[in-house]
Amino acid sequence: MSRPILEVLHLTMRFGGLVAVDDLTFTAYADDVTAIIGPNGAGKTTVFNCLTGFYRPTAGQLTFHGHEGPVLLERLEGFRVPRHGLARTFQNIRLFGGMSVLENLVVAQHNRLMRASGYTLLGLFGAASYRRAEAEAVERAHFWLERTGLLERADRPAASLPYGEQRKLEIARALCAGPKLLCLDEPAAGLNPRETAELGELLLELRDRHGIAVLLIEHDMSLVMRIADHIVVLDYGRKIADGPPAEIKRDPAVIKAYLGETEEEELPPEVAADLAGSGGGG
Amino acid sequence: MAYFIQQLINGVALGMVYGLIAIGYSMVYGIIGMINFAHGEIYMIGAFVSIITFTLLGMLGLSWAPLALLLVLIVAIGVTSLYGWTVERIAYRPLRGSFRLAPLISAIGMSIFLQTYVQVAQGAKIKPLQPVVTGGFTFADASGFTVTISWIQILIVVLTLLLMVGFTWVIARTPLGRAQRACEQDLKMAALCGVDVDRTISLTFVIGAALAAVAGLMATLYYGVIDFFIGFLAGVKAFTAAVLGGIGSIPGAMLGGLVLGLAEAFWSGYFSIEYKDVAAFTILVLVLIFLPTGILGRPEVEKV
Amino acid sequence: MAAATGVLVPRLKDAGLAALVAAVLFLPILGMETVPGADGRLTLDFHFHIVVIGAAVVFAGRLAMLYLSRGRALRPSGRSGVVAEFVSRHGTWFGLAGLAFAIALPFLPFASRYTIDVATTIVIYVMLGWGLNIVVGLAGLLDLGYVAFYAVGAYSYALLAHWFGLGFWSCLPIAGLLAATAGVLLGFPVLRLRGDYLAIVTLGFGEIIRLVLINWHEVTGGPNGIADIPRPTFFGFPFTRSPAEGETPFHELFGLEFSTLHRVVFLYYLALALAMVTNLFVLRIRKLPIGRAWEALREDEIACKALGINPTNTKLTAFALGAMFGGFAGSFFATRQGFISPESFTFIESAIILAIVVLGGMGSQIGVVLAAAVIVLLPEVGREFETYRMLLFGAAMVLIMIWRPRGLLAHREPTLTLAGARGGGP
Repeated sequence: MSRPILEVLHLTMRFGGLVAVDDLTFTAYADDVTAIIGPNGAGKTTVFNCLTGFYRPTAGQLTFHGHEGPVLLERLEGFRVPRHGLARTFQNIRLFGGMSVLENLVVAQHNRLMRASGYTLLGLFGAASYRRAEAEAVERAHFWLERTGLLERADRPAASLPYGEQRKLEIARALCAGPKLLCLDEPAAGLNPRETAELGELLLELRDRHGIAVLLIEHDMSLVMRIADHIVVLDYGRKIADGPPAEIKRDPAVIKAYLGETEEEELPPEVAADLAGSGGGG
Repeated sequence: MAYFIQQLINGVALGMVYGLIAIGYSMVYGIIGMINFAHGEIYMIGAFVSIITFTLLGMLGLSWAPLALLLVLIVAIGVTSLYGWTVERIAYRPLRGSFRLAPLISAIGMSIFLQTYVQVAQGAKIKPLQPVVTGGFTFADASGFTVTISWIQILIVVLTLLLMVGFTWVIARTPLGRAQRACEQDLKMAALCGVDVDRTISLTFVIGAALAAVAGLMATLYYGVIDFFIGFLAGVKAFTAAVLGGIGSIPGAMLGGLVLGLAEAFWSGYFSIEYKDVAAFTILVLVLIFLPTGILGRPEVEKV
Repeated sequence: MAAATGVLVPRLKDAGLAALVAAVLFLPILGMETVPGADGRLTLDFHFHIVVIGAAVVFAGRLAMLYLSRGRALRPSGRSGVVAEFVSRHGTWFGLAGLAFAIALPFLPFASRYTIDVATTIVIYVMLGWGLNIVVGLAGLLDLGYVAFYAVGAYSYALLAHWFGLGFWSCLPIAGLLAATAGVLLGFPVLRLRGDYLAIVTLGFGEIIRLVLINWHEVTGGPNGIADIPRPTFFGFPFTRSPAEGETPFHELFGLEFSTLHRVVFLYYLALALAMVTNLFVLRIRKLPIGRAWEALREDEIACKALGINPTNTKLTAFALGAMFGGFAGSFFATRQGFISPESFTFIESAIILAIVVLGGMGSQIGVVLAAAVIVLLPEVGREFETYRMLLFGAAMVLIMIWRPRGLLAHREPTLTLAGARGGGP
């Protein structure tokens, strides 16, 4: 095992009487694609929202080994989380729809550019240092546009892109923020098989070539089994399994959570197929 | 002590008026999540229709107050409700699904339009009404201070309470109330379940306008004078009441109205009348900043 | 033929119903005007013909609408119009042509004292519109109390001049700074609120400031306001016939005949210069990270947080900068009028500035100019339009939201393009 990048200890999140996440402990590693799976309503997105500062956890400790050494995420205000190197996407895509694709990617580099523009003052007078920084930002955007195949779309309004490309754009935007850990909330939802395959390739490339760890929530079991190095399974806010895909597939608790207690005939065929026969994995 | 009780009585009467207007804000916000900025003008129109009808009846020689009141009430409610319906139909319905600020901007436009419309049609001068309901009970305490409860104040309280009872019944027991509560939870889902969302929203505006009309009538009787500008301040105060009570909650709107009415009565009674409106706006600002969910409201969880 | 009558009857019914509703709505308000009678009691003047005409207009209008829209309801059109796109693409040329016209205006044959005065008023509203556009158009924060900052600027100058004898040029930056500070102070507690609550709170603040100005007699002169505010000088050279001891008046400096027109023209150019500074600033800042962050916040605040943008600070800068330009405009207003009172800073003034921004197109610089011109010129065309002006604005605001929610001239060009930024195509 390599270095940990994210250590979640006893995370609990309550909304009034509802316990959305219950005493969750797991570790994500720097060279891994980690997947969080579980039935709908298992608390996966809540975990993400706790990590990225949108919710304040009721209890627990979230250590992130970011750009500036370890930080406790639960103590950070939401907007401070990204600068430590944690970027995320959303289940229901959240783009700046009226702005162009390129602008979306440049906004993602806001803090770096803000510093370069002397908090606007230097920028107003067109300082050369700011122009350089902006050119670099465009280069970085260009790079990720190329990786995600969106180069042709750079100057189009983000909202005019088809659904699959919007998903890609959101990932590219998160990458432009310069993360060490990329958190993706159901990135394959609504993608066709070809797009899903491309997404898988991209995530593996991030891990292998760019040293970016990935934490993803996903329902597409074939994708998860194929690319994840490590899977955490949640059910009703509790962790019921944690391990490599091969182990997870055989785990009786997981099978029970997904398939229910009773006869196996009742399950949706795709789920059964995904769970049983997703081939090589990892 | 007598002075205190007098302010209390004035405050309750005032609070009832604010509460009635506040319900209109609260219901609309509950269902479609917009601030109906023009609602204050609906109240103003209610007051104008009342004063016009009173004058008309006077010219026709009808002088028996109870009958005149009843007729005015019916006409005011009828016409003002139609205004409420029309405003929703023209200015808000086409905007469902538009960008975030569109309905509010449209509502501001509507508010300016209605205000100027009445100013142009009826003139900018204040309109005095000859007292229709006079007299009341007077009590004196040992020190010689007197406390007066006027018939108008009694009328305001009784009418408001009656309306509240009827209204609560509508919300709790009728199909309309059920549809309204469903829309409040989830507009799309309600539509999928066969609720006629357009009709429900229209009726919400109609009910809100009807209550505002009653408030307009009572304010006309209470103050004896109105002009085209009264809707702005009354609207702001009633909106404050709605937020204070917890926007979306109908008992909350009444409660907020009472708190605001009492605050205003005591402020003008004990501090200065000059700063009365400053006080109202200050309460508005403080409530929005520190108590945006209100007394009876539910906290909102940000959906990510 | 049968098909035509097939749609005709329901449409006639629909229009008839609309006319009936209109008649009921108009009958008391338009048809019966309350007027004071002989004994002080109200009586009614009847104008039933207006009700009939109104209902007929509604009938015809509704019928026309049904035919034009062919049964479809009027819905917001998502795409921006060809005209808007054209104007936006060639914005620089339109802007330069407009500017050239504005500079030449005082020397054009039809220019009189009156036209220059009106033009100055237009320019001031343009400046206010551009200032508010930062807040509403770029950052997407609905500010209903913008006039408060205008008031802060005006009173700052008036009071500083009155109590400390400061001149216009030293007061201008102070007034801007004070207005910006007011923006920060007011903004800080409220910018966390949701959009519509924010709008109402700013309205509340605007009214509080106005009411304080009315009631705080000792300092602000109460409802009577402040008179004898010093007029501006041409960088120290006053526009007077006979200046005080040791001062050289403007006309002597340039060896001209004295004319009261000099000051009017100077004020006009001063306003134009202030407005152009605002314009350049806005055009420039739109292309800086802070400007893009404003727009991003308008589009999606949650996504902004997830990208590390501090929403409160970002909104606060928009609020403060918008307020600053309001403050500049305010102190210009004070020096131009020589007299200010709380009357000038009512909610309706905020609404007019907002209407300019909304009608012109949120975020569109040229749209604001056109809207400001229309709004100022309308009552000048005929005094009878004065009252109808607000009627038209109100109606226009509603119609614009329905028909073209982003404003008449809202077509957004990206702040940078890949081709442009990398010098040649990809």
